[in-house]
Amino acid sequence: MKDAISISNLRFSYPGLPEPVFENLNLVIKKGSRFGIFGPNGAGKTTLIGCITGLIKYQSGSILLNGLEVVKNLQHIKKQFGYVPQDFSLYPELTPMENLMFFASWAGLNKSLSKKRALEVLEILGLSGVKNKQVKKFSGGMKRRVNLAIGVIHQPEILFLDEPTVGVDIHSRQAIISYLKKLNSEGTTLVYTSHQLSEAEELCDDVALFDEGKIRVHDSLPNLLKQHRHDGLEGLFLELTGKKFRDS
Amino acid sequence: MYKLRATIWKDIIILVRDRVGLIFMFAMPIILAIVITATQNSTFELVNNNKINLLLCNRDTGTAATEFAKGIKDAGMFKISEADKKIDVASLKLLMDKHDALVTIEIPADFSDKLKIHANATAEKALKDFGVEPDTLTTATDSLPPVNMLYNPVLQSSFRQSIQGALQSVLQMVQTKQILQSLYAGLNNSPMPDSLQQELGAARSVIREIPVSKTGKAVIPNATQHNIPAWTIFAMFFVVISLGSSLVREKNSGSFLRLKTLPTNYSMALISKQFTYLCVTLLQAAVIFLLGIYLFPHIGLPALSIPSNIAGLFLITISCGICAVSFAVCIGIFAQTQEQANGMGAVSVVLLAALGGLLVPAFAMPQSFKYLIRLSPLHWGLEAYYSLFLEGGTLKHIVLNLLPLWAITILLQLIAFAGLKKKNLV
Repeated sequence: MKDAISISNLRFSYPGLPEPVFENLNLVIKKGSRFGIFGPNGAGKTTLIGCITGLIKYQSGSILLNGLEVVKNLQHIKKQFGYVPQDFSLYPELTPMENLMFFASWAGLNKSLSKKRALEVLEILGLSGVKNKQVKKFSGGMKRRVNLAIGVIHQPEILFLDEPTVGVDIHSRQAIISYLKKLNSEGTTLVYTSHQLSEAEELCDDVALFDEGKIRVHDSLPNLLKQHRHDGLEGLFLELTGKKFRDS
Repeated sequence: MYKLRATIWKDIIILVRDRVGLIFMFAMPIILAIVITATQNSTFELVNNNKINLLLCNRDTGTAATEFAKGIKDAGMFKISEADKKIDVASLKLLMDKHDALVTIEIPADFSDKLKIHANATAEKALKDFGVEPDTLTTATDSLPPVNMLYNPVLQSSFRQSIQGALQSVLQMVQTKQILQSLYAGLNNSPMPDSLQQELGAARSVIREIPVSKTGKAVIPNATQHNIPAWTIFAMFFVVISLGSSLVREKNSGSFLRLKTLPTNYSMALISKQFTYLCVTLLQAAVIFLLGIYLFPHIGLPALSIPSNIAGLFLITISCGICAVSFAVCIGIFAQTQEQANGMGAVSVVLLAALGGLLVPAFAMPQSFKYLIRLSPLHWGLEAYYSLFLEGGTLKHIVLNLLPLWAITILLQLIAFAGLKKKNLV
C-alpha cells in the first residue's frame, strides 16, 4: 500500500509560545486507510490537519501528500483532498444545492459535472427532498450532512474529517458513517479526528494517539487494544493520557 | 470564468436574501434624499417665497420712522403685526409668542429726530467740502440711533442674516433720503419736491440672477439638483455597511476556512463581491435619479433635470461606485468583527461626507479644512456631479474632477491588497 500522507521531522510552533507544538514528528498514513487521530484538547490534532492541508505554514520538516510536498505544490494538492471542518463551513443563506454548486466551482468542477455530483451526493445523504431549502432552516444533523457533502463534492482522494458527527441525531450519524465507509471502499483515504471514541472504533482501522504534540501510540486498532489489554479506545485513551482535565 | 460566474451568483443570492441589508442600501438613502431635499426646498421657499412673521413696534411718530416702517412692509418678506408703541419690552416678548413672530423690530421714540440731526450734520459736512457755507451749523450726534431686533433663539444665524440684510437695505434708503433732503435744503433753502423724492426713491438697479454654466446653457439650480447627486454618492458609499460586514462575516465563518482549502485564490471572492456591489451602487444611483425625475414633482419638489451628457453621467456614477466598493473592501479586510466594520464604516462615511461638502458646502468650510476636503472621495464625486448637473461641464471638466477620485480608488485597492497579503489571504 502506498503512502497517502508522509510526515518527516515536522516542527511547528505558534509565534510567541516558548514550546513547539511538534518537534521531529513522523507519521505515515497509508492510501485507502481509515486513519483516526485522537488526543485530549490541545494535543495538536487540528494543528496537524492544518499543516497537512496547507492552512498552517510549518517551520521545518516535510509533509508529502500523494508523494508531493505540500508547501511547494499547494494549489495542485488542494485538488486531491477534501476537508470537512468541525464548524459548519457553508453559507446558511443558500440552499444545499446552491452551496454545492458554488463550492464545486471553487474545487475546479465545471457546471454540468458540479450539478451531476451535487445531485448524487444529496441523494446519498438523504437531502434530495430539501435541496432547495435554505440551510439556515435545517436541523444540526442536516447541516452536518450538507457540510460533509461539500467536502466530498469533488471526489477527493484524501478526506479530512474534524468531528464530522458532533451534535447530530442517531440517524444522521448513521448516514454519515455509512457514507464514509462507502467512500473508503471506493478508495478514498479517511483522516478522522473526534472525541467520540465509540464511533472511531466503528470507523477507523489505523489509530494514532496524540498528546502534547507527540504520538503516544500508532498502530492498527486491533493491535493497540491487544497490546494494551483494553476492550475499547476509551480505556486505552485514559491509560495513555491520564484523567486530568485538558482545557488549555 | 465559470468559477467567477458561480461566485457572483452566490453573492447575488446572499445579497437578495438579506432584507435588512437591502433596506440599508436602498430605502435609507431614498428616504434621506427625499427628506433632505424637501427640507432644503422648504428652507429656500421660506426665505424666498414665504413670509416671516414680524412684530413691529414703532415708538416714534416722526417721518423717518414711518418711512422705515413702510419700507419694511414694502420689502414683501414679512407678514407684519403691529404692537402698541407704549408697550414695554417684557410685554413685547410675550406678544411675540402670541403672534408666533420670529422677529420683532423696535423703532425707538427719538429715531426720526436723531436720524434727521445726523443727516443734517452729514449734509453740512458735504456742503462745506463743496465750498458752500450752510446757514446753520448742527452738532452731530456720535452715531445713528439703533433699531432693536428681538428674535426667537430658534432662528438660525443664516435666517437672521438675511432678515438683517433686508432691514439694513430699508434703513439705508431712509437714511440716504434724509441726507439728500438735508443737502437739497442746504443748497436751495427749500424742501425737496415730492416728485424728485419719488424719482430718487424709484431709481434703483435691479439685480438679475444669471447662473453661469460651463457650456453657456442656463441650468437653474434648485434643491433637487443639489441634493440628488450628493445623496446618491452618500448611498453608494453606504454599501460599506453591507459589503464590509459581508466580508468580515465570511472571514470569521467556517466557510472561509473551507475556501482556503480549495484550489482557488481568495481574490476571486473579492472580485466577485466588488462586481456584485458595484452593480448595487449603479442600481442605487438609477433608483434615486428616477425618483428625482418622476416622484419628486408629485410630492411638491422640483423635478431632477438629467444632464444631456449621459456618457459623462455614467462615467461619474461608475467611478463613484468603484471607489465606494474599494473603500468598503478596505474596511472589511481590516475590521475584525462585524461590529467594527459597521461602526468604522458608518462613522467614516459620515465624516467623509461632511468633509466632502455633502452636509455643508465645501466653500463654507474653514480654511484649515481645505486640504482635508481633498482627501474625501465623496468630495471629488460630488464636484464631478455638480460640474455636470449644475455647471453643464464637458467630459474634460468631469475627468479633471474624477482624476483624484481614481487615484484614491487605486490607493484603496492597494491598501486592501496589502492587507490581504499580510493576512495570508492571497
